Amino acid sequence: MEDRTNQITGAEIVIRCLQEENVKFLFGYPGGAVLNIYDAIFKQDKFKHVLVRHEQAAVHAADAFSRATGDVGVALVTSGPGATNAITGIATAYMDSIPLVVISGQVPTPAIGMDAFQEVDMVGVTRPCVKHNFLIKDIKDIATTMKKAFYIASTGRPGPVVVDIPKDITAQFAEFEYPKSVEMRSYNPILKGHSGQIKKALKLMLEAKRPMIYSGGGAVLGDCSDELVKLTRRLGFPITNTLMGLGGYPATDKQFVGMPGMHGTYEANMSMQNCDVLIAIGSRFDDRVIGNTEHFYNKDRTIIHIDIDPSSISKRVKVDVPIVGHVQSVLTEMNELLDGEFKALTENKPDAGALKAWWKQIEEWRSKDCLSYTQSDEVIKPQFVIEKLWEVTKGEAFVTSDVGQHQMWAAQYYKFDKPRRWLNSGGLGTMGVGLPYAMGAQLAFPDAQVACVTGEGSIQMNIQELSTCKQFHLPIKVILLNNRYLGMVRQWQQFFYGNRYSESYMDSLPDFVKLAESYGHVGMLIEKPSDVESALKHAFSPELKERFVFMNFLTDPKENVFPMVPNGKGLSEMILSEEL
Amino acid sequence: MKHIISLLMENEAGALSRVAGLFSARAYNIESLTVAPTEDATLSRMTIVTSGSEEVIEQIIKQLNKLVDVVKVLDLNDGRFIERELMLVKVKATGVFRDEMKRMCDIFRGRIIDVADGSYTIELTGSGSKLDAFLEALDNTAILETVRTGASGIGRGDRILKV
Repeated sequence: MEDRTNQITGAEIVIRCLQEENVKFLFGYPGGAVLNIYDAIFKQDKFKHVLVRHEQAAVHAADAFSRATGDVGVALVTSGPGATNAITGIATAYMDSIPLVVISGQVPTPAIGMDAFQEVDMVGVTRPCVKHNFLIKDIKDIATTMKKAFYIASTGRPGPVVVDIPKDITAQFAEFEYPKSVEMRSYNPILKGHSGQIKKALKLMLEAKRPMIYSGGGAVLGDCSDELVKLTRRLGFPITNTLMGLGGYPATDKQFVGMPGMHGTYEANMSMQNCDVLIAIGSRFDDRVIGNTEHFYNKDRTIIHIDIDPSSISKRVKVDVPIVGHVQSVLTEMNELLDGEFKALTENKPDAGALKAWWKQIEEWRSKDCLSYTQSDEVIKPQFVIEKLWEVTKGEAFVTSDVGQHQMWAAQYYKFDKPRRWLNSGGLGTMGVGLPYAMGAQLAFPDAQVACVTGEGSIQMNIQELSTCKQFHLPIKVILLNNRYLGMVRQWQQFFYGNRYSESYMDSLPDFVKLAESYGHVGMLIEKPSDVESALKHAFSPELKERFVFMNFLTDPKENVFPMVPNGKGLSEMILSEEL
Repeated sequence: MKHIISLLMENEAGALSRVAGLFSARAYNIESLTVAPTEDATLSRMTIVTSGSEEVIEQIIKQLNKLVDVVKVLDLNDGRFIERELMLVKVKATGVFRDEMKRMCDIFRGRIIDVADGSYTIELTGSGSKLDAFLEALDNTAILETVRTGASGIGRGDRILKV
């Protein structure tokens, strides 16, 4: 018999790698191709395995854990259907640049290509929606591949990495040694921005008459909030945060003009359109943010763009001063320059008079009060629920959302003062992320308040996770804005399809209170505006602190999200309300 | 405008599909693509012939650089370079065609590498446009089959793409 002193199985090597990476939670679902790995999980207690009820939720929860903490999220799925169920989760993370390592089982090496039971070409299927992926062909490669996977996922512009491991390899034996570092000649992300470009940008910023800072998800992922706040306050510039960037700059601060884009505030969009120097920080001029590029070009402005990904620069919009680098490093350098080499320059710059006139203009736009809505005594307005949620949680909660009208209302009315508190699928727009996102956030911060703002369409896309929440005692509060419509679809059908509400009505809904109760949770039905605040207070009270509470708010089915920049229109072509 | 992009990438399974997939996913044109290992067997050299506006070409280069397996990318059109492509053409060589084909082959400095009763197979190297010109010069009805490798390119003088 072969000498196996110091040797462990491939499955055990996988587990040891995860332990070396200080993984706290592994989100997964077992199956044939990963049975060896699950056996190794059974024998260890360094990290916790979270058993979900559908692989999609495993990846979403791992993704949320990463969004909330900044650490790499990790998921484990079996081959074939387990792997394909994970795809939506992987693509969601990819579009929002979330660092993940997703391990998928594969059929045994000799069976690959034989159309074996539960076989799918995972490396092929995931190629367009991962930062990178690997198929392990030799047990000796497991440790270095895992090290590379974590390194690639978390550095540069982050993203998901898939590691596909055939079953036979997890059963073989080899010695384990985890590499201390990894070097790849083909992968060397740039961290520090070009000093000359940074100075050039800073000079332009100091000369600006109508400056505007536009920061996105990159500012959150790059953990540069402190530097961003310092720079923005020091310069006195207005700032907007994209849907992905909310919390990057405190929303309750007076220099914050709200979110830009399709459902951004009037003042944010008008400032974006009319500024003379636009400073883009970790944002990518997405179509939902700047609308029609032709219209955007109608106004002359100088654009400075700080981003870690060179391919994000001058992709949709031509940029004048590109700075490729880590946002935190670049902003730190800018702040240091203002305190040092540029100090003399800042004595009468930026031009106080011009800035004052610019702010006066912005205040005029702001006075339109574009987020005002008509309150009702009869029917619950969804905006009102979010406002009260913000009050009751003192703006401190982790808020996850699904996709649609409720997502926009949460983004508009919950004022995020801290980064990594707002978890939603911005890029891919994946319905069904809300509940698994709340699971990931709650596991990361067991004592925090976690609210899942959702719709009756979205929540049903991963409703099975109510069971996982029970098993792991997750005291999430679901805020269901139940308007009996796929609200955003209905809104577009009302505006652009002559009120033909094709398949957007949600019929045959379950009794959500009973449904929650059947899983052992607390269910609440809230039908009157006057009950909203007391119900929320009760849900977040110490009495229910340990409980999962499912709050079914019956909201106004006809309410629409405003302002709105119709698809293909320019930023200043907003619809402000029903009356217009 | 037509661009020839050269790149070095890790010679690993799936590397080619990452490049091909990138071009199809982002709707970039791809005229030809050739790939083979270099003198260092861990590296593959790829030549891609593509076309697009300057902005599109800039994005293609950035996106290629972003692929984790890609070590270096060079737009050959940024400087002086040589382009070569190999073509094999099987032509009719009966009656009047038999002398005519030999003559055309000589004019274009090709070589007849296979002779059969009714056909010649001609080997021709040169830039893509030279090969096009040869095909145009032939009587279309005489062409039985063509095989082209797609362009390979290399920078002139000390323009060297190496790790």
